[in-house]
Parts: sequence; structure tokens; C-alpha cells
Amino acid sequence: MNAAVAAPRIALVGNPNCGKTALFNLLTGSRQKVANYAGVTVERKEGRLHAPSGKHYAVLDLPGAYSLNAASLDEAVTRDLIRGFYPGEAAPDLLVCVVDATNLRLHLRFVLELRALGKPMLVALNMADAAKKRGIDIDVAALQRELGVPVVETVAVRRGGADHLLATLDAVVAHPHAVADALPEGTDVHAETRRLLAATVRMPERTAKIDDALDRWLLHPVFGLSTLAVVMFLIFQAVYAWATPVMDLIEAGTTALGAWAGTMLPAGPLNSLVVEGIIAGLGGVIVFLPQILVLFAFILALEESGYLPRAAFLLDRMMAGAGLSGRSFIPLLSSFACAIPGIMATRSIQDPRDRLATILVAPLMTCSARLPVYALLIGAFIPSREVWAGINLQGLVLFALYMAGIFSALAVSWVMKKWRRDKGEHPLMLELPSYRLPNPRDVLIGLWERALIFLKRVGGIIFALTVLLWVLLSFPAAPVDATMPAIDYSFAGRIGHAMTAVFAPLGFNWQICIALIPGLAAREVAVSSLATVYALSAVDDEAAAQALTPLITNGWSLATGLSLLVWFIYAPQCLATWAAIKRETGSWKTMAMAAGYLFALAYLASFATYHVAVALGGG
Amino acid sequence: MTLTELARRTPAIVDAVEDRTPNDPIARRLRELGFVAGEEVVVVAAGPLGAEPLLVQVGFTRFALRRVEAARVRLRSNGAGA
Repeated sequence: MNAAVAAPRIALVGNPNCGKTALFNLLTGSRQKVANYAGVTVERKEGRLHAPSGKHYAVLDLPGAYSLNAASLDEAVTRDLIRGFYPGEAAPDLLVCVVDATNLRLHLRFVLELRALGKPMLVALNMADAAKKRGIDIDVAALQRELGVPVVETVAVRRGGADHLLATLDAVVAHPHAVADALPEGTDVHAETRRLLAATVRMPERTAKIDDALDRWLLHPVFGLSTLAVVMFLIFQAVYAWATPVMDLIEAGTTALGAWAGTMLPAGPLNSLVVEGIIAGLGGVIVFLPQILVLFAFILALEESGYLPRAAFLLDRMMAGAGLSGRSFIPLLSSFACAIPGIMATRSIQDPRDRLATILVAPLMTCSARLPVYALLIGAFIPSREVWAGINLQGLVLFALYMAGIFSALAVSWVMKKWRRDKGEHPLMLELPSYRLPNPRDVLIGLWERALIFLKRVGGIIFALTVLLWVLLSFPAAPVDATMPAIDYSFAGRIGHAMTAVFAPLGFNWQICIALIPGLAAREVAVSSLATVYALSAVDDEAAAQALTPLITNGWSLATGLSLLVWFIYAPQCLATWAAIKRETGSWKTMAMAAGYLFALAYLASFATYHVAVALGGG
Repeated sequence: MTLTELARRTPAIVDAVEDRTPNDPIARRLRELGFVAGEEVVVVAAGPLGAEPLLVQVGFTRFALRRVEAARVRLRSNGAGA
């Protein structure tokens, strides 16, 4: 282990969109560890590099930065870390400054800023292949001479694309020489950049023709917006269509595992805990992993291609009107799979107000966990009939529920903006990088990271809550002369009865109230809980829903059904989302505010729905 | 003339970025992104609503700037001036 501690530390540093992370993936492969920097929610990526020489290095992928004058948390981490000020992080032994060879005007300026720090460094001229393809001719030897630091060409997306870098690395680390800043006092870095470009680079034109052509179409007010709508539609189709077979497989696997464990363990509390608590509870959450992965495959590929910043460009004006920003688009898109990765994705929003607003409204996007609940209630209360030209009423209601979430989010952020009478300026200044073909390796590594984060959460907080809820639902046991179902005697049953005092005005009966409790862990569990409450012995959620439908159709009024549907648009009861909000904002107050406003909205909207429905004869 | 008044796809030369407040962080970031005296800029496109934001090319890079941000960038008039 000592050797691992002693391995020289290399930090990859560079502008956003320089291909730094692709180079990091090429250097370290799967030997990566993703965590957070101490005290902040900036992602820290470290990997191990085994050089062909046999030497080992610890490689750190620093957050992208335009300048050492930090404008965001990400940039501040980068600034402090390379200067060796960051608490708990040793100063890197070598800075590998990654620059996009097709975007030298911007990136060389940052190289000069870094060189002024006087740390040992090396410049990786990345995307050297793309530069050659565009006819950009860079005199590497001259650039190295002018900069006074080693310069190597790399192609991060190609196997062997870092060979020059690896060959130089050993020598540079073995004989570190701090660079004396060659710039005389007062020289403008922009002027120096211009001089370097004139001396070392020849290029036929400033932009790629393909970017010009694509931007003409994709940013067009009409074609651009329609393309975005089609892309979004395809993503949602894929999330539901492609993931379903795998989800069915996971559900069948969980059921089989539960049945097997049920026969292996002696009947009793332990059997119940493992089968009904742990396996059913965690299985109900893991089943959403395929949907999350399909959604993220699209998001990662679109992000790498350079399209997502274009989407942000098209939507910025609309979102700014509601107190959000174009940058909020990506996190909110992720929230349709699950609010937790969405809330994590807000890290890319630099402006604190925009970030907070995005975090607070992310839970209003209809996450995939609400689908089973919607499916149950729509199936039970909304007749399946054609409204107009092949459009089904049930599908229309589902669409309306999604839309209600989106419009509520815009309304909430608009109210927050007005409430604070915020007159401050919240900048956009978003780079629209060149279009690129996404590299499958980088998408796969990104997916692997997402899957790990999700599974860790399942193993941690969701596991703990599942066990707790099982205890509430199972104890104390029913007396021997019980006349009511066992659940009536449990803690959860008593809580459910007590809750009707609050929820009766919404038309909720005590069975619904009980189902809301386990719904705290994961919303979809509400369906299987209702089934349990109605004393059904269903094996899995799907079977529960089928048998449950006639029961609630006959047992509940239409007003109750609609009220519960509306309740789940706001559905404040997801503890994992609260935990994510607490972690990302570092504030209990913000978390309480989010939970409070969602509860208030859910209560008011359900109350209104119930009473309007009753007044119209749906009681 | 400022960047917001520039016609679409007409190249112009940056004169300076003006601070709106003392030590304006947005103006400083614009300079760091390459909006400095002598650089050529082009407004490539504008957003679908209210021509907001603007897509501005400076050097080899394209940035989406809101109009209030772009208004800080003062342009040289037809190659004359500083």
C-alpha cells in the first residue's frame, strides 16, 4: 500500500469541452474512483495509471475551468487544488494541461495563466486528429519552444492516442523543472496568445463547416425547436419501450428470489423481514435501474455530441422567464427518470440562485416511480375510450399529469423569483462546443458510474428505510382473537387511522393513509402497500395492481381516485429525494422548505380536486 | 455600438468590455472568454423567443450570451476608433 501512497500525482486540468475526461478514461480505464471533494458536492475523479515503463501514477481529473478567477464552485476547487491549498489534497506533482487543438485561441490563454503559477507542467494537445482533419496545422516543436514546457499531441478517443503523453510522462516526472514564467511583467495574456498562434499555427478557417451547417438547422427558431421536441419524444419512448423487457426480467427475478428465500427460511419474523421487507422492498426500487440507465445513455451521448448546450440555448429564454436558466434543462430532463440524479446534475449550474430553484422544482418532474401509481389509478377510474382520432382518454390523462408537473414547476420557480424580488443578474455565458460523435467507451464508463451511485443508494438509505417500514407494518402482531386484518393492530395501522384526521378532507380513507407511509421510501411501493392493506396476498406489484383495480373501483368514489392522482403529481413523500436535497444544498432548512411546499401544494391541489369532483357528482 | 446591435452574420471587431459595476464579474469572465480589444466577433444566431440569447462566435468558440451580457461588449465602428 505504501507504493500506492507514494505514486506521483498527476492532475488533468483544462477548459470545459477540451476532452479532458475522455483522456482521463483513456489513461485510467476502469481503475477509477468517483467521490466528492471534502466539504463540497464537486465530483472528484481519481484513477490509477500503469505506464508502459512499469511506473504507477495517481491521476486526478480536475473540474473544467476557464480561468483561475473562479466563477463557480468547480473552478474554485480546481484553483485551490493546483495551488496546493485544498484541505486534504496534496499538491499535484505534475499538471497535465489539456487543450483542444481546434480551440487554441481560448485554451492557450488558460495555459498561460497556469504557466504563471510556476508548477511543473505538460501540455496535451488533444483532438489532434480533428485539428488535422480541419486543415489546422500546428507546429508542435515551435509551440513547445515558445511555451517553454513539453507539448505532446493526443487523441483521447482513439486507442493508443495517449502514447506520446505516456512516453514523455516518465521523463517529465523524473526531472521536474518548474517553469520560469517567460512573460515580462504587464504583458497581456491575450496578446501573448495571439503572438503564439501567429507563430505556431496555420489554419484555413475559424470554424468547422459542419458546425455552421448544423447550427443553422438545430438552432433555427422553428426547425430547431421541432427537432428538440422529436428528440425528447424519442427519449421518452425509448425509456419506456426499451427498458420494459429488462424490468420484467428483474421483477420476475425478485419474485423468484423471494419465493426461494421464503421456502429456505423458517416461517416467522425473519422470513417476513427478508421476503416481504428486504427482497420485495429493494426489488421494487432496483426495477427502475434499466429506465435510469436508458435515460442516462441518451443524456451522456447527447452531452458528448454537443447537442445539450444547444437545447439549453433554445430554451433559455422560456426558462429564464420562470426564474430558471437554460442550464436547468439537463437536470430537469434527468428528473423524469428519478429526481435524485437530476438534483445531482444541478452541479453544472454555476449560478447559486438558478441551482437552488432547479433543485427545488426537480421533484415536480414526473419520475418513473410515479408511473405504477398512475397506472393503477387511471386503470381503475378513467374509462378507456377513444376521445378523438385514435387518442385514448387514459393516455390523455397520463399526458395531462406529466404536463401538470411541468407547469407546476415553472409556476413554483416563477413565484420564488417574484417572492425574493430578485434584481440580481444571473449570467448564462454558455459555451456551445463543436459537434462530436459520442465515444461509446466514455458513455459506458459514465453509465457504470451512474449505476454504482444508484445501487449504493439502494444499499444504504433505501435499505434502512425498508427495514424500518417493515417493523412499523409488522409490530405489534395481531392478538389471537383478532377480528380485523393484522395490519390494523400494527404501528402503521394505528398511524394510518390517526392520519385520516388530516387526510379525510382530501377524500382519503385510512387504507390510503397507511399506503402513504411506505410510499415515503419509494412512491411505487404505495401500490403494493394498498394491496397488503386490502388483505390481498399478491406476489408482486403487477399482480397486486390487477387484483386491486376492481376493489378500488368499487370501494372508492371517483373523487377519491382523482384526488389521489393529483396528490401524486406533487407527491412530497420520497425520503431519498429529501436526502439528496439535503446533501446537495448542505442545508436542513432548504430540505424542510422543499418538503413543506410540496406537501402544501399536494394538499391544496388534492383538496380542490376532491371538492370540485364531489360538487360535480363524483362523490 | 454594442454586440446586441450588431446585425446577424456581420463580422465586427471588439473595442472593449465595459464594467456595469465596479469589478464586474460578468465583464471579467467575458474578457477571459476572449472578448478583448481587436478580436473579431460574429453574431451567428439568436434564440427563438425575443432573439434571446445570442449565439456569438469569438475566436474559434461559440458562446450563448444573454442580451444584458452581450450589451457589455462595445464594438469598433467600421474599423475606425482605437
